[in-house]
Amino acid sequence: MNLRGLITVLRKETTENIRDRRAIFNSLLLGPILFPLMFIGIVWFTTAAEQERIQATLEIPVVGAERAASLIRFLEQQGVVIKPAPEDPEATVRRQEEMVVIRIPEGFEDHWSKGEPAPVEVIADPSRQESQVTIRRVKHLVASYGHQIGMLRLQLRGVAPQLTSAILIRDVDLSTAKSRAILAMIFLPYVLMITAFTGGMHLALDTTAGEKERRSLEPLLINPVPRWQIMTGKLLTTMIFAMASLALTLVAFKLVLPLMPVGAFGVDLTISVDGLLKILFVISPVAILAASLLTVLAAFAKTYREAQSYSGLVIMIPLIPSLIFMTNPVRPETWMMSIPLFSQNMLIGEIVRGEAVPLLWYSLSFGSTLIIGLVLAVVAATLYNRPRLIFSGS
Amino acid sequence: MIVVRELRKYFGEVKAVDGVSFEARDGEITGLLGPNGAGKTTTLRMLYSLLPPDSGEISIDGLDPTRDAMEIKRTLGVVPDGRGLYNRLTARENIRYYGDLHGLSKPEIDERIGELIETLDMEDFIDRRCEGFSHGQQVKVAIARAMVHRPQTVLLDEPSNGLDVMSTRALREFIRGLKRSGHSVVLSTHIMQEVAALCDRIVIIAKGKVAADGTGQELLERSGCESIEDAFVKLIGSEEGLLM
Repeated sequence: MNLRGLITVLRKETTENIRDRRAIFNSLLLGPILFPLMFIGIVWFTTAAEQERIQATLEIPVVGAERAASLIRFLEQQGVVIKPAPEDPEATVRRQEEMVVIRIPEGFEDHWSKGEPAPVEVIADPSRQESQVTIRRVKHLVASYGHQIGMLRLQLRGVAPQLTSAILIRDVDLSTAKSRAILAMIFLPYVLMITAFTGGMHLALDTTAGEKERRSLEPLLINPVPRWQIMTGKLLTTMIFAMASLALTLVAFKLVLPLMPVGAFGVDLTISVDGLLKILFVISPVAILAASLLTVLAAFAKTYREAQSYSGLVIMIPLIPSLIFMTNPVRPETWMMSIPLFSQNMLIGEIVRGEAVPLLWYSLSFGSTLIIGLVLAVVAATLYNRPRLIFSGS
Repeated sequence: MIVVRELRKYFGEVKAVDGVSFEARDGEITGLLGPNGAGKTTTLRMLYSLLPPDSGEISIDGLDPTRDAMEIKRTLGVVPDGRGLYNRLTARENIRYYGDLHGLSKPEIDERIGELIETLDMEDFIDRRCEGFSHGQQVKVAIARAMVHRPQTVLLDEPSNGLDVMSTRALREFIRGLKRSGHSVVLSTHIMQEVAALCDRIVIIAKGKVAADGTGQELLERSGCESIEDAFVKLIGSEEGLLM
């Protein structure tokens, strides 16, 4: 078969789009640079803020401090600064002036002296994420004081305190520094999925809807080249850009991940070159699927803008399995590997964890996604056999 | 040589082309004159095989666009109304792209571009990107692109749209040159001056039908008018959509 027309189209579209700032931005800058930087930035920011709250001096207002003098002394010994009680503790917390207020209610001393559980109220709003560290620290301090006193009471009555701990739980932790990485890298499949779509998006739209809008499609189709070759040339260019975008994104993550501040907690965030290539292999049929899907949609649009509004919806597709997987993790099983997008999410997770993945899983995931991608590609390649689609908009 | 017989194309209720017949001979310029929306562009699209006709016959040098689409495309040079150049490519790259699509070899294309630069006077902008080209420059590149494979039959849709006086003169000179070297040239236009100045045979199209056809002289005689412009208006039955 003479594929000269196809190759000519492929070469021309590549040259033209390399000269296009929008294409370069979308394919080669947005995914590969912005996403890794954004991620690193977010992680830096949250860990830094968390560290600060863990180390910061606790300054806690206490209502009714006079009822529990020894508890207050204990807290002060632990470095807590006790602040005077506010007028209305609940309102103070609600207005976010204080994260936590401790209240020693009336009757505390009675319960205390009778040896009954004496209530201490920790007033806070745990739905405010930023106050959770402080709440945890305060509860921990108060509870450990209670525990200490409990032990002392037993000892005074001649009972060995160990008797209350009938069982000792020992953690046998089988996670490795490598496998814990997935907790930090749960975003990676998600970013790669989006990149597979955004990487080729501009080209898919520009080479079809854009070409129609600029009115260059009609003269192009008057050339003696079968239409499927012209469309396939365009489709291949889109796929090449999407793949380049994915490869660059992976390289960027490899370079940037070691800079992450989580290394200290025993998480191994390096991905081997071997792992990178495996991920690229796993995700490559998604790039083909995405390019074909976007091209089919864009071919129906009259203008670049119209196509853009459709593709905004298409971008949501790769998010669905990623979000399901992030909020509701499941154990990978063989049949799941035949679901496009979903299987890639799971496989990338397994690769990042450093697990050995069965060859069958690779082939099922690759094959099922590729088949759907190719079916869509055939649809895309034959779309311009309909005159209605060539002339709409002119 | 183009022969069109009883060509019809309906889009739903709209009878875009409703029984058009004409001939366009080699060494002659045939003008399709008619107001906007008369069916000229649809007729041309059926000639260059992008639209299949509902009924009727087309023969271009003995080939039928519906059966021999690839062969027809090799013998046709088409300058559509939308010039459709690629702004991020230079004029030379635009022309080369079409040469490649026609399967010409690199030396063939280079040689041909050299000739076209000369005939169309494109020396100044041949290696500039098409972004920001004047209408005149755009038309020249679009023509060069359509002519790169030396087609026998040349179809031009509204070729002088948006051109200034100088560019229009140059364009007409080029089209006359095609005629002299024995090409069959068909151009569509809604500008009466253009057909009067350029065409050997005039096919007047209105509402998808041929209102009249013949040489300028024949049309004058048939209408009984003094000037060719009055004759057009009378034959079409309305001035609407035409330009003097």
